[in-house]
Amino acid sequence: MSSTARLAPGRRGFRARRGRRARSAGKLGDRVLFGLCALAGLLVVATLADVIYQLANNATPAINQFGLPFVWHTRWAPNFKIEGAGALIYGTVVASLIALVLATPLGIAIGLFLSMMAPARVRAVIGPLVEMLAAVPSIIYGFWGLVVLVPFIYHLEPGLHSVLGFIPLFGTPSTTGVSLMTAGIVLTVMILPIISALSRDLFLTVPRELKDGAAALGATQWEVIRGIVLPSTASGVGAAVVLGLGRALGEAIAVSFVIGDVTQIHGSVFEPGSTIAAEIATQFESPVNNLQTAAMFYAGLILVVIAMLCSVAARSIAGRFDVSAGMLAKAG
Amino acid sequence: MSTATPITLGESGLFDPSAPLAPSGNLGRRSLVNRFVQVTATAAALAAVAVLVIVVVGVAVHGAAALSLGFVVHNAQGLAGGGIANDLLGTLEIALAGAVIAVPLGILTGLYLTEFAGTRSRTGRILKLALDMMQGIPTIVVGLFVYGLIVIPQHKESGFAGAIALSIVMLPLIARASQEVLLLVPGSLREAADALGVNRWRTVLTVILPAAVGGLVTGAILAIARAVGETAPLLICDSIFNPTATSFNLFGGVPSVPMFIYQSYDLPLTQAVQRVWAAALVLMVFILLANLGARVVLARSRAKMGT
Repeated sequence: MSSTARLAPGRRGFRARRGRRARSAGKLGDRVLFGLCALAGLLVVATLADVIYQLANNATPAINQFGLPFVWHTRWAPNFKIEGAGALIYGTVVASLIALVLATPLGIAIGLFLSMMAPARVRAVIGPLVEMLAAVPSIIYGFWGLVVLVPFIYHLEPGLHSVLGFIPLFGTPSTTGVSLMTAGIVLTVMILPIISALSRDLFLTVPRELKDGAAALGATQWEVIRGIVLPSTASGVGAAVVLGLGRALGEAIAVSFVIGDVTQIHGSVFEPGSTIAAEIATQFESPVNNLQTAAMFYAGLILVVIAMLCSVAARSIAGRFDVSAGMLAKAG
Repeated sequence: MSTATPITLGESGLFDPSAPLAPSGNLGRRSLVNRFVQVTATAAALAAVAVLVIVVVGVAVHGAAALSLGFVVHNAQGLAGGGIANDLLGTLEIALAGAVIAVPLGILTGLYLTEFAGTRSRTGRILKLALDMMQGIPTIVVGLFVYGLIVIPQHKESGFAGAIALSIVMLPLIARASQEVLLLVPGSLREAADALGVNRWRTVLTVILPAAVGGLVTGAILAIARAVGETAPLLICDSIFNPTATSFNLFGGVPSVPMFIYQSYDLPLTQAVQRVWAAALVLMVFILLANLGARVVLARSRAKMGT
């Protein structure tokens, strides 16, 4: 309605006597706007580079002291100036993998429900509610996890141990309920909305003709999903999972509440542990010496490199998906 | 084998149309599997909603017990008394200061991507990748970065450092949201402006931005709502402050609601834990309302643009 009214100033462009000054002013305006936009973009790239520089710069004492073995040495003893991030990396990977194993099938199922099964009205209510899970701040998940979820897990673990105890991963239940498993479950809740919202959007891009065609040939909905929807969106779903992984690896606060802060490797997921991000959150305020601060910057550097690799990987997988979606659209 | 299943999956996993059609005789099993999948997917969606309800109701029930008007209008007193008015004010100061930096930069970045970099341009692709990577930086690492950039040179933690950290969290969110909403502005509007001889900057200021303003506001609100609840960067950059005083000086320590929760949850006092629940409730209500508001703004602007 108002677009014509808003275009009105442009009508001045028709006046014959705008003159050279007005035109050069226009060019100047164009240049200023372009300059501002390009500057903003440049600032983004420069900030990224500076993130790496600041972390590496502040980590220098630790890098000089521990070198590359920092990555696999597992003793974290700041008092003795011995620091290795091995146990932290182990905890980060295990807690994130638990979250991925739980959230990937759940997220895909929710995506399928929202894109193909739910009636429009149900979809309009449940879709935003699932996305709201991502809006709850991590400190609330952490505190809620500690007070509500930890006692629940404490009662859940003996059952899991008696059923799955033959796998060493599901060892003797902890005495507190604070464990890698608890951290993994909190992370599951936090990355579930990412995976489910992205996979819903992906499933909605599958051309209708393909789905209808399969259904017309007598395929049940599950056969349409397995034969058409999942194969044509597999790489996109993979990208969504990698994005969720990146989020899980870097979560600090919520994990620090429920993981138990133990910098040792235990075989069982029912034992407490720690992650890189959670360890920085708990120890950064009160380091025992400068070397420990540097070691935390070093660990942060490792974390950010992994997280950035996740972003790049997700984008490159998603880029491939765009191509295949285009091909599918043409084929349909 | 093609007689066993009426829908034959080719080697690529896609439907093979050349396979002969024949009744399979296992329709019962197929529809059972189908029903099972549908029930599982529905249950998964309901479980996710149930988790949200459990979290929200849990925080609401525990928080409501300690919440009163006094809690949000009085400053904290001692370790476990008074309200969180100074923390609320501090959170708003830090988040708004961060937004003052991040909103213009984010919108300009979005404009660069849609108006100046073509869809196939290399700079555009590099910038999009950079935004993705920036969004992927763990927030605790954002805190470490700002600690090295600002806190170490200044020799003190400050609300300003926290605001810079939050602006780094917000910037990629705002830039991406702006880019998406600017792409929705019909190309015909740009062409009409071009045909009328309007300069590009006037087109942007008078046609494109006004048409997209609803979406831009939505993106900004969502980013601020996200920043308000961030704890990790503030833990690193702005965790030393006077917890009982109101602070208007961004260049000193500024209290905040997330830091209040983080610093009080393990105090050995029942009142402290109750106040943490109440603070969590205030924070969550604020964030969920902001999310709802953003959705309303978006829906209204979509209706206006007719998309």
